[in-house]
Amino acid sequence: MRVTVTVNDQDYIRDVEPRLLLVHLLRDELGLTGTHWGCDTSNCGACTVWLDRVPVKSCTVLAVMASGSSVRTVEGLERRGGELDQLQVSFALCHGLQCGFCTPGMLMTARWLLDRLPDPSDVEIREAISGQTCRCTGYENIVRSIRHAAESERAAG
Amino acid sequence: MQVPAHFEYQRATSVEDAIALLERYGPESRIVAGGHSLIPMMKLRLAQPELLVDINGLADLGGISLAGDVLRIGAMVRHAELLASVTAGTHFPLLHDAERVIADPVVRNRGTVGGSVCQADPSEDLSAAFTALRATAVIEGSAGVRRVPMREFFHGPYQTAVGPAEVLVELQIPLSNSATLAGSSSAYLKVDRRAGDWAVAAAAAVLRIDRDSVVTEVGIGLTAVGARQFAAVEAEDFLRGRQLTGEHIAEAGDIAAQHCSPVADQRGPVDYKRHLAGELARRALHAAAARADLAIIGRL
Ligand SMILES: Cc1cc2nc3c(=O)[nH]c(=O)nc-3n(C[C@H](O)[C@H](O)[C@H](O)COP(=O)(O)OP(=O)(O)OC[C@H]3O[C@@H](n4cnc5c(N)ncnc54)[C@H](O)[C@@H]3O)c2cc1C
Ligand code: FES
Ligand code: FES
Repeated sequence: MRVTVTVNDQDYIRDVEPRLLLVHLLRDELGLTGTHWGCDTSNCGACTVWLDRVPVKSCTVLAVMASGSSVRTVEGLERRGGELDQLQVSFALCHGLQCGFCTPGMLMTARWLLDRLPDPSDVEIREAISGQTCRCTGYENIVRSIRHAAESERAAG
Repeated sequence: MQVPAHFEYQRATSVEDAIALLERYGPESRIVAGGHSLIPMMKLRLAQPELLVDINGLADLGGISLAGDVLRIGAMVRHAELLASVTAGTHFPLLHDAERVIADPVVRNRGTVGGSVCQADPSEDLSAAFTALRATAVIEGSAGVRRVPMREFFHGPYQTAVGPAEVLVELQIPLSNSATLAGSSSAYLKVDRRAGDWAVAAAAAVLRIDRDSVVTEVGIGLTAVGARQFAAVEAEDFLRGRQLTGEHIAEAGDIAAQHCSPVADQRGPVDYKRHLAGELARRALHAAAARADLAIIGRL
């Protein structure tokens, strides 16, 4: 079945089985392996991408359901010219990752949060990432990274 | 890797088109809304539909609005949209209480209200919420539109009044228990093991009291404890017409606990769940009462 998707502003057309999941379209068909695939049960959030500007767990969305839509993955987070998104900078500075497995999902959810709420409280940050599991950091540094990014973006106006 | 079995996929262009597709392909066809219950079941091969009819993007199934004496909530409204709806929260605060504890924000961006109630999982939070609110399900098939009260909607675990070639269009909640009316409000309380998990148990309460603190209308819903139709009817019958006192609320909780039939699972043993059913019903009633009439708190 034909799928037409725009991923990170680039158009793709692929012929896939209806049972292919969006996460596998991204990783296996389009080679965008930044999106991770963990629990396969919509619990861990490693596979979180934006579908039509909203974060969703791509292990529980069919690729055919995304046809005609736009998808944004962690590869689309950095600005043109290779400049990192402030969240990526802040995660690096504040040790927001260790193994990095959860990081792409965390970043996509955090970007969505800060776009809507530039000055979130710690409670709001924790609530926003409550559907994502991190096995390494204990979350403390992830929350700190997101807060750091929020403060940096507000300081930069 | 969990992969669903083979199936065909079609996008419905309208509600009529969805019904026609379901009729043409028969009982092996299934609607997919958010897919957050159905796709996991297909991965585990607990469901193996031959055709999925995608109803995402059908505008007729969207939106939250006031229409006459009801609040209507379209079947395709995502959990996140219901949680963000000021109209829904103003009239029925229990809907926001419930949505805040359903799954997590990313799942809530995709899962739908209609999918929740059609899934009819015994732990589905909105089932008890709509039951307590005495909502009506609007269901469309080729023979026309039917209206089914929530209390006749659930036919058992994973079974509802929606026929194989029918579409749930919307839920309608009567505004007679709107929190904007004096002496009326609602609340939902859930105990879960961790953020985003299904309920160990949960309770919904809708209350209306008159100027003398007599209960004129009451709805009590119970989640995940095997209450018939998600309702604590005996507790409702006990409270209706009585003074809203702490003792009466406590007794209503006891009655609710007595009449439910939880099963033991990894979330807890029967006694614990029964205890939670009673305690959460009590607390939800207190919370609804406090919202309905701030002055009542001192008296309970
Ligand atoms: C990780 C996770 C955690 C969750 N936690 C909770 C929780 O704590 N509490 C809770 O209540 N829920 C929870 N859920 C369930 C979530 O609320 C439901 O998955 C979701 O809302 C179901 O809606 P859907 O749109 O995804 O339905 P789908 O999966 O698309 O459909 C479910 C069923 O309903 C049918 N259907 C859907 N829409 C219609 C319609 N309009 N007419 C007729 N039939 C229809 C489908 O054919 C299917 O049989 C959780 C889900 C996940 C993945
Ligand atoms: S892989 Fe999708 S939520 Fe874990
Ligand atoms: S950094 Fe290893 S899982 Fe989060």
